[in-house]
Amino acid sequence: MSYKGQFRVWRGDSDGGSLEDFEVEVNEGEVVLDIIHRLQATQAPDLAVRWNCKAGKCGSCSAEVNGRPQLLCMTRMSLFDKDEVITVTPMRAFSVVRDLVTDVSYNYEKAREVQAFTPPEKLQPGEYRMQQEDVQRSQEFRKCIECFLCQDTCHVVRDHEENKLEFSGPRFLMRIAELEMHPLDAADRRDTAQDDHGLGYCNITKCCTEVCPENIKITDNALIPMKERVAGRRYDPVVWLGNKLFKRGK
Amino acid sequence: MTEVERHNYDVVVIGAGGAGLRAAIEARQRGLTTAVICKSLFGKAHTVMAEGGCAASMGNVNSNDSWQVHFRDTMRGGKFLNNWRMAELHAKEAPDRVWELETYGALFDRTEDGRISQRNFGGHTYPRLAHVGDRTGLELIRTMQQKIVSLQQEDKAEFGDYEAKLKVFQECTITELLKDDSGAISGAFGYWRESGRFVLFETGAVIMATGGIGKSFQVTSNSWEYTGDGHALAARTGASLINMEFVQFHPTGMVWPPSVKGILVTEGVRGDGGVLKNSEGKRFMFDYVPDVFKGQYAETEEEADRWYTDPDNNRRTPDLLPRDEVARAINTEVKEGRGSPHGGVYLDIASRMPDEEIKRRLPSMYHQFKELADVDITAEPMEVGPTCHYVMGGIEVDPDTGESTVPGLFAAGECSGGMHGSNRLGGNSLSDLLVFGRRAGLGAANYVESLERKPVVLQSDIDAAARSAVSPFEPAEGEGARENPYTLQHELQQTMNDLVGIIRTADEIERALGRLAEIRSRVRNVVVEGHRQFNPGWHLAIDLRNMMVVSEAVAKAALLRTESRGGHTRDDFPMLDSDWRNRLLSCRVSGEDQVVPDVVVEPKEQVPMRQDLLELFELSELEKYYTEAELTTHPAAQGDTA
Repeated sequence: MSYKGQFRVWRGDSDGGSLEDFEVEVNEGEVVLDIIHRLQATQAPDLAVRWNCKAGKCGSCSAEVNGRPQLLCMTRMSLFDKDEVITVTPMRAFSVVRDLVTDVSYNYEKAREVQAFTPPEKLQPGEYRMQQEDVQRSQEFRKCIECFLCQDTCHVVRDHEENKLEFSGPRFLMRIAELEMHPLDAADRRDTAQDDHGLGYCNITKCCTEVCPENIKITDNALIPMKERVAGRRYDPVVWLGNKLFKRGK
Repeated sequence: MTEVERHNYDVVVIGAGGAGLRAAIEARQRGLTTAVICKSLFGKAHTVMAEGGCAASMGNVNSNDSWQVHFRDTMRGGKFLNNWRMAELHAKEAPDRVWELETYGALFDRTEDGRISQRNFGGHTYPRLAHVGDRTGLELIRTMQQKIVSLQQEDKAEFGDYEAKLKVFQECTITELLKDDSGAISGAFGYWRESGRFVLFETGAVIMATGGIGKSFQVTSNSWEYTGDGHALAARTGASLINMEFVQFHPTGMVWPPSVKGILVTEGVRGDGGVLKNSEGKRFMFDYVPDVFKGQYAETEEEADRWYTDPDNNRRTPDLLPRDEVARAINTEVKEGRGSPHGGVYLDIASRMPDEEIKRRLPSMYHQFKELADVDITAEPMEVGPTCHYVMGGIEVDPDTGESTVPGLFAAGECSGGMHGSNRLGGNSLSDLLVFGRRAGLGAANYVESLERKPVVLQSDIDAAARSAVSPFEPAEGEGARENPYTLQHELQQTMNDLVGIIRTADEIERALGRLAEIRSRVRNVVVEGHRQFNPGWHLAIDLRNMMVVSEAVAKAALLRTESRGGHTRDDFPMLDSDWRNRLLSCRVSGEDQVVPDVVVEPKEQVPMRQDLLELFELSELEKYYTEAELTTHPAAQGDTA
């Protein structure tokens, strides 16, 4: 059942690097992360990779397998032919630290710019009442394990470093949608989604949804509804007239 | 002199799981400058793996619940070895800690009337676990991570800097705790994983929140981070560890395919109706209700099945006995030849509820089995077996403040000991880390504010810490082979798994100690290749030292305790022994070796339970655990003699 698999793994650091070829034992039921670990233990002890839970729950081992953004721990070897060369590279949208480890600080910076949950003023702890059907929408987005694969694949930033300043990416636009749909959040997040986080850059190609290991419908359930809410506020004729008359808005 | 990046904080929290984050929130809310240090990225801590829920007697689903009932369940689950004061604080404060999370933005599953829903779990009398499907730990981590961001946003508004009062140092490993000449904590020394550069935190108070030790066992639900760093660092600083012989083997881990062996299958599967069966299709748990729990569990399948819908008139299914009982039962079934093809037993939810219901209640279990094992849990049973999951033992702390026996060193969550006694109930760890994370944050804040002057770090300690950290790059002189850290780790895991695992004997533990001594002598000769920049071989070489210390503590304590209780089962002493109930085994380090010191174990007495708490139990139940002499103050006992 075991066989010798052919791997090409990117090795290097911020100064550059290249793909290196390896031949590694593969056993039944294994995932790509198992192979990377076997490489560490037998051939390349200093091969850098992030991982934690190895169960698809923490979102640490994000990388690209044959060019596709994936969790290494959830990519089964049985998906590939035994003689296929499997190429493992770091996430492309982020700069390399070493080997498969990238600098994901962009995501933490963007996370910090999303205004936190704003609790309702009059409710004390223990007094929150919400219906299951109302929390369910935001709960879908809170399944996010912050693997940042959606951020990696999103064409707005994948090859456009310059857009990172104005665009928070699917993960954090979804976070804004999550708070906007939270039954008890007291803030209005429609303007900031558009003006500060670059919701307008998204042209709903759904690449983020495709790579999400949690199968969250990021585009359909978070980004499009958020766009509709923004449009409802900005292009509602009554709101538009009000803004004109009282010189509000931009 | 060593080149080192220096930081200065009032409080330093090591570990960014639930306990660490809750402690940091508290310290920052007290106005202190606070650093959180973690080995992984922020938000990846092992707490995300917790699935079933967070136990708190809110009484939202069954209003009969109260802190007293929760307290009693916790003490029973731990076979009365628990630190009763911790169990009391935990039961009393858990509801407030859960409600508080809602004000941070948490979204738990709801009841019909809009309150937080609660689910059944092993050992809990009533539905008690606040949950979000089967990903409750992720919700807790994300909620507290976002609360930290929220506090940083307040600081940005006030001081112009997100990190003015509270900063997360991610991918940073602490290798030494430092003390001043009076013996009080003065700092923490470590390195950035990314660059390998050294970093020093000067601080009066360190809160340990590093989690567990599961990575010392081969089959485990724990991640690479669980190398017992907090346990070992605290011990090397002079703190005592208690209850290290008690290691929880979760009854239901995945057993196949080999690469995922040990990954957790939530107890929520059983809480929601799943049942255990052997290869003959028999629900075997009915044969394994131990004497101490006789009468508390259903005796027929019919009664057990009725209990899900009518808990007031039926007793619960023995599938939901505390984890130690279920793990041992599975172990026996497999050993006696009634296991599944891959060496586990069957966990069946498919035949118990509709497909859609399973997917809704247990989405990540559905996903996990589909993706990793090609098993559709709505159509076929899962194969499961015991996996090392949690250590009940840890740093000995003051229940109210979390302070260890070293001034300025605090601990909370899994790396602290006492709360769970000999066995932890499912759902009690998320509540534990909220209750005692907060208390440790408060304890550290009070301590720091009471200091007359901040303890000073000695340069010689910094130099020594730096030398020790880089020693794996410099091959030892003279004889001895160059050792590979991955090989040693594998041998250590195999030793603990095979010889100090779920069932133990004196003979096997002694063999384990022999092997550990041999591995220890080789740890000195570990050599790593490459340079210090993000070098996993080097990281492991350092973690390995901690794994050695905790493994020795587990094995030595396990050898001394000549009885079976909770997470410690001795085949040569299979019974609970009342004379052991009140005796704790306290581990300290000794000897010349600073890097991997020797561990010594000494018994010590536990403080007797406060009278009003003792009276919460029937005398007839206490008699199963206590010696007669210990119970003379119970009113029922006094009645007997009157």
